[in-house]
Amino acid sequence: MSTGLERDRVPVEVTEDDLEAIVGDRALARDDHLNAPGFVVRPDDVRDVLSDLKERAGFDHLSNLTAQQYEDRYESIYHLTKYADRTQEVSIVVPTPIDDPVSESAAPVFSTADWHEREAFDLVGIDYEGHPDPRRILLPETWQGHPLSKDYDQEKPQLVTLTDHANPIQPDHHDAESDTMFLNIGPHHPATHGVLHLETVLDGETVVDVDPDIGYLHRCEEQMCQNGTYRHQIMPYPDRWDYVSAGLLNEWAYARVAEDLADIEVPDYAQVIRTMGAELCRIASHMLALATFALDVYGDFTAIFQYGMRDREVVQDILEDLTGQRLMFNYFRLGGVAWDLPEPRDEFVAKTRDFLDELPAKVDEYHDLLTSNEIFQVRTHDTGIIEPDVAKDYGCTGPVARGSGIDYDLRRDDPYGYYDELEWDVVTEPGCDNYSRVLVRMQEVEESAKIIEQCLDLLEDWPEDEREIQANVPRTLKPDADTEVYRAVEGAKGELGIYIRADGTDKPARFKIRSPCFHNLSALPEMANGEYVPDLIASLGSLDIVLGEVDR
Amino acid sequence: MSSNNPRQQIHGSTAPSTDTRDSRIGEGPDDRFNSKLREAFGSTPFILTKFDKFMNWVRGNSMFMLQFGIACCSIEMMHTYAIKHDLDRFGAGVPRASPRQADVMIVPGTIVSKFGPRMKRVYDQMPEPKFVVGMGSCTISGGPFQEGYNVVKGAEEIIPVDIHVPGCPPRPEALVYGIAKLQERIRNGESSPVVVKPYELEEFGDLPQDELVQKLASEIDEEDLVMRYNWADSP
Repeated sequence: MSTGLERDRVPVEVTEDDLEAIVGDRALARDDHLNAPGFVVRPDDVRDVLSDLKERAGFDHLSNLTAQQYEDRYESIYHLTKYADRTQEVSIVVPTPIDDPVSESAAPVFSTADWHEREAFDLVGIDYEGHPDPRRILLPETWQGHPLSKDYDQEKPQLVTLTDHANPIQPDHHDAESDTMFLNIGPHHPATHGVLHLETVLDGETVVDVDPDIGYLHRCEEQMCQNGTYRHQIMPYPDRWDYVSAGLLNEWAYARVAEDLADIEVPDYAQVIRTMGAELCRIASHMLALATFALDVYGDFTAIFQYGMRDREVVQDILEDLTGQRLMFNYFRLGGVAWDLPEPRDEFVAKTRDFLDELPAKVDEYHDLLTSNEIFQVRTHDTGIIEPDVAKDYGCTGPVARGSGIDYDLRRDDPYGYYDELEWDVVTEPGCDNYSRVLVRMQEVEESAKIIEQCLDLLEDWPEDEREIQANVPRTLKPDADTEVYRAVEGAKGELGIYIRADGTDKPARFKIRSPCFHNLSALPEMANGEYVPDLIASLGSLDIVLGEVDR
Repeated sequence: MSSNNPRQQIHGSTAPSTDTRDSRIGEGPDDRFNSKLREAFGSTPFILTKFDKFMNWVRGNSMFMLQFGIACCSIEMMHTYAIKHDLDRFGAGVPRASPRQADVMIVPGTIVSKFGPRMKRVYDQMPEPKFVVGMGSCTISGGPFQEGYNVVKGAEEIIPVDIHVPGCPPRPEALVYGIAKLQERIRNGESSPVVVKPYELEEFGDLPQDELVQKLASEIDEEDLVMRYNWADSP
C-alpha cells in the first residue's frame, strides 16, 4: 500500500481456527461464502455467538443482515467484520423452520441490528424474539404479507392509512410543570432531503424523542434486481439508489460483487477509468451535501446553495462527456466500462484538468462562506455529537464515521479498483459533531481531486494499443447454485454492500443491499435527543442521507 | 408625531423637500409610459381584453412551484431551479415550501404506496387553480420500478396531471420545456382534463366489506382515511 495509508495500530489477525474455537459446539455446520467463513448456529444461540465474536475476536462491525427464504427454511445471515481491519469477515448463518420462523434478536449486542431485523421482518417475515421494537419499517403498518417471501401474492389489494400520529411519550412526561408536544416533520418537508418522516416529541424547544419513519420511497430495489439478469439488466438500478450523482460509486458496488461471484478479472485500464469516474461522482455528491447543509442551517437558497449547484454542473458536464448521461450513468459493465474516454481525448483531459485547477479556489470560497463563518460555527460546533463507540454500534460508515474519528475507508481497508496504487489520504476529524462531518466532506473533495489528477496522468500515458476497456465476459452469466458472496465498496455516504446468492440461473436468487444511509440515519436519535430542534435539523443535514438509498 | 394626512416634507431632513408626485414624474411628458408596451400599443397605454384572458396571462407568467422533492428527479429539478438553467427566467421558478402558497406541483419521482395518501393530501392543500407537472418515467407509469410490489403505476392514479415530461430523469432542459408548455396552456385558458382516478382517500367505514377490510377492522378506526390499492387492476 502506498504512503500515507498505513494504519496506526496493527489489528490482531483472527484465524479460522480461532473462530472455530470461539464458536465451538454452537456451530451446527460450516457454510462457505466466497467472502468469508460461515458458521451455522441455532436460532437461540445468536446473541451468545455474536457477543463472543465481538468481545473475544474484535468483530465490532455488524455490516449487514441478510434475510431470505429457501424452499424449506428461512435464513438470517449476520455479516460481521471489523472497523480496524475490513478484510476480516465472518458470516453467522441462522436457519429457522418454515412454519415457525423465530430467531433470537441481536439488537442487545449491536444497536444496528434493531433496524436490520425490523427490515428482515418487514420484507421476508422472520420474527426476532426479544426485539425491542418489532414493527414494520419500510412498508405501512397495515400491509398484508411479506413481499420477499415465497408465497407472497403481489396482486392482492392493500390498504394504507392516513391518520394523525399520537404522541408516544406524553403519559410519561405529563405533569403539572411540564408537558410534551408532538411535532411531525415530513414526509413533505424541505429539511428532510426527500420524503423522510420524523416523529418528534419536544419538551419546550428540546427534542425528547425522535423516531425516523422511513419507507416513503421504498421502490422494491431488491425485488427489481432479483428480476434482472446479471449481465445487463441489474446495472441500471444501482444508479437510482443513491441518486445524488453517486451513480458510478453505486454501480461499482454491483460490479464488484458480481465480478467476484462470476470470477471476472477487470483490465487495469478500465479500473483507472472507473476510479476516476467514481471520484468525480464523489465530488458531485459531496458538493450537494454541502449545498443542502447550508440550505438547512442558513435557510440560504441564494448564495451557497447556488455555488454548490454551479460546481456540480461542471462535474456533471464532465461525467456526461464520459458516460453520456447527466445523472443515471449506466456506464460500468461487468468486466469493465461501456466505452473508452470520449474523443478527442485531449479535450476531455484538458476539461477535467481545468476543473481540478479551479477546485482549490472554490474550496477556499466554501471555507470563507461556511466553515470560517462564526454563525455557522455556533450552529454546528458541538451539536449533533456522536461518539466513536456509539457510531460503531450503529454501523455508521463513510464521512459520518470519519467525522467521529473512526479511521475507516473501504478504498484503503479493502482495496479495489486502482486505489491502492495511488497516493491519497483518508480524512478523519476527531470532533464527532456536525462541524467535523462538514470538514471531512470538504477535505474529501480535495483528496478525490488528487486521485482524479493521478488517474488522468495514467490515462494520458497509457499506450494506445493496451487500452482494454472490457474483459471477456460470457454472454450469459450463470454462477453455480448456492454460491454466496457479500462485498462492499466505499460509496459517497459510506459502506455500500451487496449480498448475492446465486441459484444456477442467470438471475440472483437473493439480492440484498446494505445501504450506508440506512445505518447512518438509524443513529439520528442518538445525535438529536436532548438537543434543540434546529440542531436536529442540522444533524439530519450533516448525516447527508438520500432517501432512495435509505428505503431502496 | 402621527397624523392621518400625508406629509409633504420630512422634518429635520437635509434633502430638498419637493412635492412627491412632481419629483417622481419630473418635467415634461411622463416617461414611465415610454416602454415596450407603448411601442406595442401605440399612443394609448390601454388594452381592452377579457378579464378571464388577462387572468390566464397573469397566471401563466407568475407561477409558484411547490418545493417538493421525492426521488432522483428532484436532483435534476433542483438543477433546473439553480443557476445555469434558472427556471425563474420564465416566470415560473420560485419554490415555495408550503403547498398553501403554490400553484404548480412538479412531481419528481416514484410514488410508492406509503407516500400516495400523503401526496394526495399535499395536492388537496394547494389552492385552486392548481397544476401538476409529472416529471420522469415513474410519474408516467412507474418507470423502471413498475413491476415493484409497492410502486404506484404513475402519478395519474392519484392526482390529475397536466404535463408529462418523460425521461429517467429528464434533463433540466426537458423540464424547462415542459413548464413552458404548461405556461402556454395556462395562457390559453386550458386546464387539465378531469381524470377518473382509481385511488382516492376514503373513510375506512365506507369501504366495501371484503376480506381485507374485515381483517383490518380491529386495527383501523371507522373514520380514518385510507387509500386502497387494487394492484391487480393496475397496468
